[in-house]
Amino acid sequence: MKPFSKLISIITPFDKANVDTDQIIPKQFLKLITKSGFGKFLFYDWRFDHDGKPKNGFVLNDSLYQNSQILVTNENFGCGSSREHAVWALKDFGFNVIISPSFADIFYSNCFKNGVLPIILNIEKIHKLLQFKDKVELDLDSQKIILGDESISFEIDSHRKIRLLEGLDDIDLTLKENENIEKFENISSIIPIF
Amino acid sequence: MTETLFEKIWNSHVVVERENEPSLIYIDRHLIHEVTSPQAFDGLRQNQRKVRRPDLTIATIDHNVPTTDRSLPMIDETSSTQIKTLENNCKDFGIKLFGINHPNQGIVHVIGPQLGITLPGSTIVCGDSHTSTQGAFGAFAFGIGTSEVEHTLATQTLWLEKPKTFEISATGKRKNSFAVTSKDIILSIIKKIGTDGGTGHVLEYRGNAISDLSMEQRMTICNMSIEAGSRAGLIAPDDKTFDYINNREYTPKNYHDLVETWKENLMSDTNAKFDKSFTIDVEKIEPQVSWGTNPAMVSDVTGIIPTPEEFGHNNEIQIESAKKALAYMNLEPETPITQIPIDRVFIGSCTNARLEDLIDAAEIVKGKTVNSDVSAMIVPGSQMVKHEAEKLGLDKIFKDANFEWRESGCSMCLGMNPDILKPGERCASTSNRNFEGRQGSGGRTHLVSPVMAAASAITGHFVDVRDWC
Repeated sequence: MKPFSKLISIITPFDKANVDTDQIIPKQFLKLITKSGFGKFLFYDWRFDHDGKPKNGFVLNDSLYQNSQILVTNENFGCGSSREHAVWALKDFGFNVIISPSFADIFYSNCFKNGVLPIILNIEKIHKLLQFKDKVELDLDSQKIILGDESISFEIDSHRKIRLLEGLDDIDLTLKENENIEKFENISSIIPIF
Repeated sequence: MTETLFEKIWNSHVVVERENEPSLIYIDRHLIHEVTSPQAFDGLRQNQRKVRRPDLTIATIDHNVPTTDRSLPMIDETSSTQIKTLENNCKDFGIKLFGINHPNQGIVHVIGPQLGITLPGSTIVCGDSHTSTQGAFGAFAFGIGTSEVEHTLATQTLWLEKPKTFEISATGKRKNSFAVTSKDIILSIIKKIGTDGGTGHVLEYRGNAISDLSMEQRMTICNMSIEAGSRAGLIAPDDKTFDYINNREYTPKNYHDLVETWKENLMSDTNAKFDKSFTIDVEKIEPQVSWGTNPAMVSDVTGIIPTPEEFGHNNEIQIESAKKALAYMNLEPETPITQIPIDRVFIGSCTNARLEDLIDAAEIVKGKTVNSDVSAMIVPGSQMVKHEAEKLGLDKIFKDANFEWRESGCSMCLGMNPDILKPGERCASTSNRNFEGRQGSGGRTHLVSPVMAAASAITGHFVDVRDWC
């Protein structure tokens, strides 16, 4: 995984609550067997009309936000289905950071596996970000979002932070624990299916 | 120190635990299907890794299988590719697959328990959020993403932060235990605690109203834990649990010894502390019907659609959500639920497509005919369910009433196969999600129990099934 680096970007304001993963990536696009190419289907039913033409007024169709890497949204983002395709679609579209007052558990965990940083902030700070029009600087290392003269700090689990900053592969790290896994298998009464 | 049931299961599966770090948790059962696994197997190949424990892993094909005649070739080429990919992956990595024509094929969360693979006290994962279904057996069962599928295949473990615990007590007795079902109990719970009420928590359902339920009814409850935001929900095992698992195809050989150990250990200690608690009296519960686009937007069948202000109280975000939901659903506030007409009925999904669901629905349908404006289908949860239902003659009851009787799969719960709603169609569905477009782009879903769906199919609009039995 690519290490997560400091970024400067305009914010895409997406003031919606309870956005479920069925909206982020509708089921008709789950049949691909690769991880790439999902960006063009992101929020498909909200972005495009029945003829496949972009809908006017939907924020992701606004050229202003074309190169934005930061999506700011409202509570319970990513609820519903466990489909990691939702994160692949957001990432492929260009979003490396999602900021919300709260995330659904599985979506939150899926973000970290793909180098996407989910940040939890209180609603007042979300409102401030939703209204901020200029570019912001986001630094994971110092856990700060810099908006002009002002800066907003955010919390993040230190292990998840290190894994993102160094782009570490989870499985590689776990395989280093092989001795412990073997020990567990030897002392526990694991019941094979067959 | 007292412990909850979840904490006991967690503690007995910790492989690595260090201060202020996530824990490495051992996984006893890994279930796989065609949609969320291809990229995981690709990852293994790219890194030349093997599946650590094929003997703890099984696969089936459920999400995009056609539910029509399977002797015909599949029309959808991309679905066909995904299915072939799983077949090849299982062959290459030595994983047991219940393929499209296997008698054990079915929705992954339905077949796990039916085959005796789902065991009390175990940790169970699958790349599907409704894995929580299997918590009904006193297991810690939860949905994972594809990266975690790959991680489990390679290491048989997952790094997890310990979730908090949330006690849901259901007390009292249902007034009409045929017409008021476990689906109505769980919808009532979600209506109260909200779609994120359980986020970060494992739910434990307890109380006499839960003990009263059959295993299949308990599965319906645990299934929808994720709709309350909880990755997992569980119920302490009892004699009903142990009887259900006994004598199934993969029930462990030393089963009776295992039951003795489970009986001693698998329950929350008296006075165990939960991080959160919620109590519901089931005596007051009526049949439920969802009217909006998330599973907390639910009304009593005798009720009316609330105004957005009533629904949201003073929460602007909720008021806006309700307005948007009503516009999408093409419904007006204050419409009586029983005046909502329907076009389609879907009885199926991992929530409500087990044998008891079909027996109860057939009881309502028997001798009647589906309303001429409605098209209705039954999709059994598995080939085993289908076979058992046919032995009881349920297929004949449904077909005589003009229901379609299909092959097993996820079908119109999420519409990855050809079973979808057309834009604007309104469906009474026994599934779990009423999200926009979930059952087909522009489709409108109302979540209900199997008996409510069956009765609505006959009348062509929602109806209080308590008046029928």
